[in-house]
Amino acid sequence: MACRCKGRQSATCRQLSPPLRSCDIPKAPIRGLSLYRKASQAMADLRSFDQEYDAGFGDYFQLLKPRVMSLVVFTALVGLLVAPVSLHPVEAFAAVLFIALGAGASGALNMWWDADIDVIMRRTQGRPVPSGRVQAGEALAIGLALSGISVVMLGLATNLAAAGLLAFTIFFYAVVYSMWLKRSTPQNIVIGGAAGAFPPMIGWVAATGSVSVEACLMFMLIFMWTPPHFWALALFMKEDYHAAGVPMLTVTHGRKSTRTHILVYTILLIPFAVGAAFTSIGGPIYLAVSLLLNAEFLRGAWRIWRRAEVVAEADNYKVEKSVFRFSLLYLFLHFSAFLVEAALKPYGYGGW
Amino acid sequence: MTFRPEHEIHRRRFSRNLGVGLVLAAFVALVFALTVVKVTRGNPMAAFDHRLIAEPAVEEKKE
Repeated sequence: MACRCKGRQSATCRQLSPPLRSCDIPKAPIRGLSLYRKASQAMADLRSFDQEYDAGFGDYFQLLKPRVMSLVVFTALVGLLVAPVSLHPVEAFAAVLFIALGAGASGALNMWWDADIDVIMRRTQGRPVPSGRVQAGEALAIGLALSGISVVMLGLATNLAAAGLLAFTIFFYAVVYSMWLKRSTPQNIVIGGAAGAFPPMIGWVAATGSVSVEACLMFMLIFMWTPPHFWALALFMKEDYHAAGVPMLTVTHGRKSTRTHILVYTILLIPFAVGAAFTSIGGPIYLAVSLLLNAEFLRGAWRIWRRAEVVAEADNYKVEKSVFRFSLLYLFLHFSAFLVEAALKPYGYGGW
Repeated sequence: MTFRPEHEIHRRRFSRNLGVGLVLAAFVALVFALTVVKVTRGNPMAAFDHRLIAEPAVEEKKE
């Protein structure tokens, strides 16, 4: 039982008599180690009673990465609403809720696993685990429990195929991305993006019971969009990925190569984004919106590619920042266009 | 009879306890709503299901 005597817990440790201070355990002589361990285990229970700060409900909610969840709610809802089969509103609500909860659970598992690097990087220092408000073990317990609940409940509310996809998504994000690829390959963002791309597909499957071309295109839209979006962020968020040992492309292959990657992935994204217009979920409105958005996104990627690092540094990464902001709008408007097409269908306007 | 003064931990944990309580209540409500939706869909139960002499169509199904 490791006691982390920093920050808010230090008061507790000070109250204890010196030989029993749980923070001294790592330094204790080997002979007495087991005794110290036992004492610290007994104190682990006491600590929950005595510690100065108790994690409130909000701290546990933060474990679920609410901002990521809001994107999941939106894309899952679109995937569910544009499907040709319509669910009862209560079922649809439950489906979106449990897809979001599953995404939140994988976020909690990610925070448990990545607590050691989150504490190094400034962007993530304020998260509940690295800031000491919630213990890493609690994040693991909540992540596992919510994973189970969300998968079972999605299965009961809709169908087993959707539940299986959700379970795979959680596994993919928590194990394949967080535990394996994030720290071993600079393509981590590319593959990790798959986890974020599943929600609309799960929404579609929750309604129809099977995967289709439309579901795959919605998946590919987010999947191919993630790398340019994240690398644009990585270019101007000069973070200490290096110190944390995360092989970001900007660190391993340099910033020039990252700019090229952004352009290449943007070009690869366009056929999927525009191509979706010619399926059952697309239509003239989507096609028009998509063409405009893709032209602008491509122009942004081109400008990023053309820029030299010195120029970018001089104007404080103005282009990179604007492309990053636009990329959020890009995804939001694409899915909104799907929704508009679906909403107009009953009146004979949506679709082809 | 006197009550012991409330332990201070109850006050500290109020936000957590209230949050968990509300979430559980909402979960119960959702499961109930889901049950109602799923049970009432499809063929609703008819009164003659329970009669001694059932309708022929129902009789055939039972065999």
